[in-house]
Amino acid sequence: MEKESSISKKADEFLQIFKKGEEFTKELIKENERLRFRIAQLEETVDKSGNEEKVKLYEDRIRIIEEELNSLLERYRKVEEENKDFASKYVEVEAENNNLANLYVASYQLHSTLDFNEVLRIVLEIIINLIGAEKFAIFLMDDKMNELLPVASEGLTHYAMPKVKMGEGIIGTVAREGESYFSENITYTSNVDAVKPIVCIPLKIKEHVIGVISIYSLFVQKTSFSNIDYELFNLLAGHAATAIFSSKLYTQSERKLTTIQSFLDLLKEKPKR
Amino acid sequence: MPNILVVEDSPTMRQLIGFAMKRIPQSRIIEATDGVDALKKLSSETIDIILADINMPVMDGLKLVSLVRGNASYKNIPIIMITTEGAEEDKKKALAIGANAYLTKPVQTQELIRLVSSFIS
Repeated sequence: MEKESSISKKADEFLQIFKKGEEFTKELIKENERLRFRIAQLEETVDKSGNEEKVKLYEDRIRIIEEELNSLLERYRKVEEENKDFASKYVEVEAENNNLANLYVASYQLHSTLDFNEVLRIVLEIIINLIGAEKFAIFLMDDKMNELLPVASEGLTHYAMPKVKMGEGIIGTVAREGESYFSENITYTSNVDAVKPIVCIPLKIKEHVIGVISIYSLFVQKTSFSNIDYELFNLLAGHAATAIFSSKLYTQSERKLTTIQSFLDLLKEKPKR
Repeated sequence: MPNILVVEDSPTMRQLIGFAMKRIPQSRIIEATDGVDALKKLSSETIDIILADINMPVMDGLKLVSLVRGNASYKNIPIIMITTEGAEEDKKKALAIGANAYLTKPVQTQELIRLVSSFIS
């Protein structure tokens, strides 16, 4: 009996220990779950805080890149503008270069000869080829008669052209005043009036007018005057005048020299007879 | 090195075109005063392009174009007419007989350079 009660006591004790062990295990499992949950929470927190930092970092980078892009775009725009400026300046310089070449050629040709007729021909060439005039005439001043005489023309018969008195009409006024005349209407016309030019340029040596260039019509394709045309008119006013004047004097002196030479030859020949 | 034959009776125009053609790298200008002179130059030189006026003494530019186009040795040489004749029928006539391009005077230098460059490049 005593042995039985001892076994029962030991069984109770074992059961108690087992129950305690069960409770302890349950507590351990519970604690484990709680800790797992906590770990999960902490992991989530860590992940979240990591993403935010990354997002912040990326946002900063994007902002910097955007700023750089905007700065580059601004610089590109400026360079493009500068490029356009250079291109337009290049075109201007090219045009100016071409104009200077035209003026150089005109001036070179005008002073390339001392033959009066050759100079007149060159003036005609310049007016045709560089200005684009179709019908025009060159008048020179006859100081004795105080009138302008037509000496050369293109598209017109200068022999049939009238002499113009100083101060008479557009041509005479240009010769008297020494100021160029430009008509407002330069549209092409096949019928021209010999005393009504569309452009009239005085040929001047300093302030002395020796003649005029009178333009009556331009080529069909020439519809307006450009800056180079006005430069050419100025060049003609001065350089053509000196070229015409000096060639005229040279031709006259050549003629006189030939006459004197002939006389001298005659005088030399007489004693021989 | 392109050889450019300039056929012009006007010394002013020849000099002016010569100036403009200096902008084309390594170009060489050969001058002729009329169509007959141009044919002589064609027989003695290798020409890459012809720039010809229409109104010239002895032989005009249109006659020159038709002779060049009728000659097996020269028929492929590009020809640019440079003339005072601005009417559309004159242009059509020149192009019909074989000119490649037609410019009217006063010539715009830039346009001339661009045109010549397009044929010789």
